[in-house]
Amino acid sequence: MLLITLLTVIPLLGALAAWIIPSNDRRPWVLPLVACLHLLIVSALCALPLSPSRGGWIHLDAIGRVFLLEIGGLFCACAFYAVNYLQYRQERNNRVLCMGMLVCLSAMSLAVVSHHLGILWLAIETTTLSMAPLVYFNRNARSIEATWKYMLICSIGIALALLGIFFLAYSTVVAGLEPSLLLGPLQGYAPKLPVAWLNAAFVFMLVGYGAKMGLAPMHTWKPDAYGEAPGLVGAMLAGGLANCGFLGLIRIYQICMASGNVHFYRSCLIGMGLFSIAVAAIFLVRQTDFKRMLAYSSVEHMGLFVLALGLGGKALYGAMLHVIGNGLAKGVLFLAAGNIHRAFASKNREVARGALRRTPWSGGLFLVGFFALTGSPPFLPFASEFSIFSAAFTNGRPVVGAFMVLLLLIAFMGMSFTVLPVVLGEPPKNRERTKYRDTPLLAGPPFVLLLIIALLGLWLPQPLYRIVTDAAALLEASR
Amino acid sequence: MNSAPDQLLVLVLLINILILGTHRTRVAIRAIATQGIVLGVLPLMIHSFHSHILIITLFVLLAKGVCIPWLLFGALKKVDFGEHMEPFLGYTGNIIAGALATVVAFAFAARLPLAPVHQGLLAVPAALATILTGFIALASRRKAIHQVIGYLLLENGIFIFGLLLTESMPLMVEAGALLDLIAGIFVMGIIIKQIGREFSSMDTSRMTALREVD
Repeated sequence: MLLITLLTVIPLLGALAAWIIPSNDRRPWVLPLVACLHLLIVSALCALPLSPSRGGWIHLDAIGRVFLLEIGGLFCACAFYAVNYLQYRQERNNRVLCMGMLVCLSAMSLAVVSHHLGILWLAIETTTLSMAPLVYFNRNARSIEATWKYMLICSIGIALALLGIFFLAYSTVVAGLEPSLLLGPLQGYAPKLPVAWLNAAFVFMLVGYGAKMGLAPMHTWKPDAYGEAPGLVGAMLAGGLANCGFLGLIRIYQICMASGNVHFYRSCLIGMGLFSIAVAAIFLVRQTDFKRMLAYSSVEHMGLFVLALGLGGKALYGAMLHVIGNGLAKGVLFLAAGNIHRAFASKNREVARGALRRTPWSGGLFLVGFFALTGSPPFLPFASEFSIFSAAFTNGRPVVGAFMVLLLLIAFMGMSFTVLPVVLGEPPKNRERTKYRDTPLLAGPPFVLLLIIALLGLWLPQPLYRIVTDAAALLEASR
Repeated sequence: MNSAPDQLLVLVLLINILILGTHRTRVAIRAIATQGIVLGVLPLMIHSFHSHILIITLFVLLAKGVCIPWLLFGALKKVDFGEHMEPFLGYTGNIIAGALATVVAFAFAARLPLAPVHQGLLAVPAALATILTGFIALASRRKAIHQVIGYLLLENGIFIFGLLLTESMPLMVEAGALLDLIAGIFVMGIIIKQIGREFSSMDTSRMTALREVD
């Protein structure tokens, strides 16, 4: 319990420190310091057996551990990256960025450990708010437009999710049960809850948390925010916040699956998932801006998550594995994309060409990261995407499986039309070189992330394998 | 229908229509503040007296009646260009849409499987009508600050539904939700000021730099 408290308090103390430290130079060092402490606690927590506490409000279950490991690892990489990145951006005061990152880390940790739907909602709402000023880091007309769309759509989404939570609470009142918003009791109640209210709660939470995740058609804020935010903020949005939205959806999924009448929920999830992947695949073709491309790729993978929930069975294992694989791979791509953006002062594939020659490390990482994310062996996303794909066939949904593969293939080809010129093209001759050069602290963090997903793809350590299978079993056994 | 809470809810519905029909931002902000105050008083009238309810009332009055209007007026002070921007559908169209939404909300609420205690209460249709009104305002308004007011209408509608549950919601969650709402409006206020500076207008339909082009 103490460790869980520390998990949320240490980042807040870090935010306080970032607020107090006057020097723009020294302040970013708070980020890696807090990130290392946080990751240390996360590893300790994942090794220890934990029981729910305080009336069941706070509990780190296996699902939470999967998310916590992913968020802790990704944040750590982003934190080390931030130090050197912010040195390149001396013209901007980085106080708000450092504070926002740390407050967001605290809120994400709280979201992961909470088993009370209200607290979970509060934490997710806080992550949205704390990231808003970070999207606006570049202080120009384009980034203000992105921030406005991000704020408005995510706030409305989160408000609808709250309405869904109210519907769920109200369904317990209609059923004449003791009202509760705790996951455990609600799972127990689920078979007795009136179907109409439970369905309404599910739909509103799917739309609400779906807006936060960036599922189509609520994804419109995503390319703008990911495109205009600095690379490391994009990494946190894609690997941290989007996953928190997915966690919110997982919690209501657990309750709905326990209700016994699962057909409606499964078809909703499969439909939504396929639609998101299809929309993403369409917009990935002919995308000229490589940061916006990453945003659509995130829409695609969020769709994959939801599709996996809908398929159930072995796909749940794939989804849990993909939380780690996708989160870390997104970190590689966004951090490398940030470097390439700095190096060419452009994120358009017409201008930013030949990254492999200008910035060999970042260019290489971007290319290999692209293959990793799209599911090439031996990386981790291959293993996770393959188990989702095979589950579609073993669960008697061959058409869904075939569609999924076709759409992923289109997305892969669409992305390669952008990634290949950016990495392998001929560098433009008529443009001056910017002062950006790859440094160990800018290319190192994405490199380490890539190494991790490569190693995990080849060999999943026994403790991690157990956590992932336990998480999948929790999702499965909800019935 | 004659009880005091129901009369207050009718007032809430009238304020919805007023917000849809007015072109003056200051009137809209005052209206949303009034609606917030009405909502703050409601829990006291619906539920039996309890310290939990009293604290919620105080929080809501402070948040929706004082803090949020103050933040909105603050945002307005920096960028009040006073320009007149017709919403999509026009004001008459908005009022008609609002009235239709209210009718639909009442018709729909009558068919909902409510708990026996809540049958015939005005709270459920009022909540639905306010949520729909919020969406109408969000979809039709072009000024950023009016979109924020639409968002607040949506929040207020959800709050009215929450009245049925006040006793089962933990205080911490209610207070946290209000705190997040204030923080959200604070951030939106800052963004509105920046929009005013960058675009010399609060018209969000001018923000078209970011879209898919080829």
